[in-house]
Amino acid sequence: MAEQEFINCAIGGIVKVTVKDGVITRMRPLRLTEEDGGHWTIEARGKRFSDPRKTTINPFNVAERMRVYSENRIKYPMKRKHFDPNGERHPELRGRDEFERISWDEALDIVASEIKRIRETYGPAAITAFVSSHHNYGLLFYKMGPMPRFYNILGYTQLLDNPDSWEGWHWGSMHTWGWYWRFGQCDNFDMLAEALKHTEQVVYWSVDPNTSAGGYGGQETVIWREWLRELGITGIFIDPYCNATAAHMADKWLAPRPGTDAALAEAIAYQWIVDDTYDHWFIENRTAYFDEWKAYILGETDGVPKSAEWAAPICDIPAHTIRALAREWASKKTMLACGSQYGTAGACRNAYATEWASLMIHLIAMQGIGKDGVNIWGGTAHGAPLNMSFKSAGYSDAGWDVFGLVAKQPTFPNRNQVTQRVYRLLLPEAILNGHIEWRGEGFCVQYPTQQFKKMEYPEPGPNGAEIRMIHRHGGSFISTMTDTNRWVRMYQSPKLEFVVMQDCHWQSETKFGDIILPASTNFEHADISEWAQPGGYGNGNVNCNHRILIYQQKCIEPLWESKPDYEIYCELAKRLGIYDEYTEGNSEEDWIRKVFEYTDLPKYITYEEFKKKGYFVVPSVPEDYKPTVSNKWYYEGRPVDTPDRFNPLQGNEKATQMATPSGKIEFKRSILEQYFPDDEERPPIPRYIPLFEGHESKGIVEKYPLQLMTPHAKFSYHTHQDNKIDWLNDIKQHRVKKDGYAYWPFRMNPADAEARGIKDGDVILVYNDRARVLGVALVTERCRPGLVHSYQAGAKYDPLEPGVPGSIDRGGCVNLLSPSRMTSKNAYGEANMSFLVEVRKWEA
Amino acid sequence: MTRYGMVIDVSKCIGCYNCFLACRDEFAGNEYPGYSAAQPLRGMNWIKVIEVERGRFPKVKVNHVPVTCMHCEDAACLRLDQSGAVYRRSDGIVMIDPEKAKGNKALLNLCPYRVIEWNEERELPQKCTFCAHLLDQGEPEPRCVESCPASALTFGDLDDPESKVSMLLATGQVVPMHPEYDLKDKVTYLNLPKKFVAGTVIYGDVGEVAAGIDVLLSGDGKELSAKTNGFGDFEFEGLAENVQYTVKIEASGYQPVTLTAKTSRDVYLGEIVLTK
Repeated sequence: MAEQEFINCAIGGIVKVTVKDGVITRMRPLRLTEEDGGHWTIEARGKRFSDPRKTTINPFNVAERMRVYSENRIKYPMKRKHFDPNGERHPELRGRDEFERISWDEALDIVASEIKRIRETYGPAAITAFVSSHHNYGLLFYKMGPMPRFYNILGYTQLLDNPDSWEGWHWGSMHTWGWYWRFGQCDNFDMLAEALKHTEQVVYWSVDPNTSAGGYGGQETVIWREWLRELGITGIFIDPYCNATAAHMADKWLAPRPGTDAALAEAIAYQWIVDDTYDHWFIENRTAYFDEWKAYILGETDGVPKSAEWAAPICDIPAHTIRALAREWASKKTMLACGSQYGTAGACRNAYATEWASLMIHLIAMQGIGKDGVNIWGGTAHGAPLNMSFKSAGYSDAGWDVFGLVAKQPTFPNRNQVTQRVYRLLLPEAILNGHIEWRGEGFCVQYPTQQFKKMEYPEPGPNGAEIRMIHRHGGSFISTMTDTNRWVRMYQSPKLEFVVMQDCHWQSETKFGDIILPASTNFEHADISEWAQPGGYGNGNVNCNHRILIYQQKCIEPLWESKPDYEIYCELAKRLGIYDEYTEGNSEEDWIRKVFEYTDLPKYITYEEFKKKGYFVVPSVPEDYKPTVSNKWYYEGRPVDTPDRFNPLQGNEKATQMATPSGKIEFKRSILEQYFPDDEERPPIPRYIPLFEGHESKGIVEKYPLQLMTPHAKFSYHTHQDNKIDWLNDIKQHRVKKDGYAYWPFRMNPADAEARGIKDGDVILVYNDRARVLGVALVTERCRPGLVHSYQAGAKYDPLEPGVPGSIDRGGCVNLLSPSRMTSKNAYGEANMSFLVEVRKWEA
Repeated sequence: MTRYGMVIDVSKCIGCYNCFLACRDEFAGNEYPGYSAAQPLRGMNWIKVIEVERGRFPKVKVNHVPVTCMHCEDAACLRLDQSGAVYRRSDGIVMIDPEKAKGNKALLNLCPYRVIEWNEERELPQKCTFCAHLLDQGEPEPRCVESCPASALTFGDLDDPESKVSMLLATGQVVPMHPEYDLKDKVTYLNLPKKFVAGTVIYGDVGEVAAGIDVLLSGDGKELSAKTNGFGDFEFEGLAENVQYTVKIEASGYQPVTLTAKTSRDVYLGEIVLTK
């Protein structure tokens, strides 16, 4: 067979796939042709910047074929050896038991009969199922499709996702400036041209775009930052670690202690007030409660002026440097590169990060957000001049049943008859303790107080039930969830009568299943998608140089005995009598065609042409296009004009306002004052609060004096590439091979390493009261003193004593070490950006 | 005639390793008869990325330097190899014939850049081919260049004065990695890391950073001047290695300060406090 080429889309970019004799031989970025169109040019300061004519992909996608053929693929349906559905189940052996190969029929029969048995014995609420983000890509057949549609029809306890990676914005800044439909983060349209034309300086505060702003969008925005440099637009980086972008291009790096960013922000504000270098007009006309906050900053209410001298010992940055930062910022047209989707994660995942996130809005408001060149520009990674009027679909557009976009009967939100919910961060406690309480309905994007709603599991009354069965679909929370040993203990609970794991790879969590179902990757079936388009709460957040819709062509047959997820659920649906409702008579191809017809594609291309070519570039904006720069309408007092499809204020009498009670940016969060007037962990007036586990935490810091910070990684999207693509283990910043084992790196300052007798490349034990994890020390000046830095979510949980909670882990599962305590008492988010550890050289 | 070359701009390289991974993807397990034998599935590095950390806290930067076969016009491997396994195509690409080179491990030692690697499975010395098999099919550039998101790697025809690579060469800033080897490299560099001398100036009496003041650096037969920025920082970048430099800081009303800095490594002088 000759070579064939296919188009598909991976989690980090569109790939052109070469297949020879039924085997993938290469993956490449896409080179656009002249007739593909989509051109744009930005003229700024005498230079012209045009769209690159090839797409970019993330490093792990360049190596994607090794993920497809990974030795860690699940090849056959498996059953845990000591699991007998008709006899002893031995849940205590989960995580250390062996597996035996079974047939698909056996596997599906067991899963179907267990679903039936558990429904009949305990009711449908006794089943939960969940999926993670994002092991494959595709609109229909991945995250919000096959699994939720299946379980919506059957009825199940939905696992509510915690707003993850944007905690501070969701629970904090939402109450400062609204944007609740986008998790408290603003939209970011037409920002690239705005910055190139008008901005003089960018403050990258706890963001590392060259590492993690790529997300789905590959490395499309790397070139933008090269353009910024070319124009002499300076970059100030604030991060305890000299992150990859800073190390590459910082004009100035400031390294506050982890978790002290709010103090730094307050000191900047103080300086602007005493220097009188803030935008009085904006404060007077576009904000509320400034004077109350100003009184706090000046120390009029508590006797403590929040001056540079006050902040200096907290942040461990000299007071004169803090003042210099404030003056530099105020003297130039400055973009703040956090606060929208690709400027997320980082400091917003610290304890009490609500305070820092709100203060970021205070600072940019003081400088008049929306003025030419002054704005929030998340990670400098949104807002190429793209045609947003073209109708497409994002994977979250229809909620938890993406088929609902085109189905006769969408199954979300009303088909699931079970009203009980459980919260992801507390699932181990739900199983182990039988009862949990929390606030908020998961991704709370309906209205600002949705996150305050008190929730309880099990649901009181006859419809609630304790969970007895888990169906895990793709990914691994062992690694991404805090204090991960909780999950190990959970899976070994006898209360969990049945656990089915459905995935492409053996993830850290997979071996805790009773039945293992091998799923195929998105290269082994067809799908449709728009590149990097989350839709819904992230609509318009396209961090690419083009909008491209993709017919994700099937490149190869499913490997080994794996099956596409949709097919697996179809088989289960047949056994449970819901096949007709599940499919509505549609084949995979029928669904794809219906989505094609749902979009604007038919106006430009026939289905057959699209299917054959594999992609379509959305045409350029018209010549007379008028940019709609985010937040500029607010500054200018106009109705909002951005193409933010789900902005509820658009077109009504509040269209010139922020979505807060006052309609303005609020320096005192009046909603919090109303609902939680006495919450000292999230007070109405945001302020620096020392971390519950930080440099000021007496009683802990003496024993564990180092702060470990754990941002998102570059070379693996969560757990989805690590431990699957071993080429990545040759990249020092990803893993370091030592005595034949690829260890996860922990970075340390030379002084801290020397004090412990640790040399670069040594195997070290990183530990606290929660866990012990082995890794390799990278001794580097990029770490401020007292800091240990390691990326979270390595995919290898490799306990020296398998299946034993608390065992030393050799794989580098950093979240074993993190606290499960939440952002604050009424903000139910992860607070694992930084916490305390000690480190010593490991001598086995 | 077409004569291929590449310019690598180190100042643009962000260290994403796409070039390294794309090279693996192209050659690991893939046979290109007439060009190259398949690499084993793992372990070979026809282009690698060298990470260079510079400076000390809090003045740190990192450069990444991709290194591959330089396809030298005066290639040492070609000149010194007696077996006839190494040849040069008419477009200048230096190739190792996988048939003739079998077992010839000595070839690895002929290259001063050490970019020829041993394929254990096939008992072959191997190296970068500029993806000659793709160029011959009409592809414009090798996989490493194609996959670079920062356009740090520029590939093209050295004989075409209009090509991007020729235009970069015409700037006169492009250098071989090791000029002393004198091999007429056709992979050349912009902005290879040299050494910097930097510092931060503070007015001791008022406890503020000293912005906009003059800093003079002398040494290596040169005199350079800079002004401190809004953080009181100054930086002299691109200095020669192992030179003893003198830094003079003068601000009116303050005592002048003279410091020395030896560029055996990058030097951050720390906070320099001016006194009246």
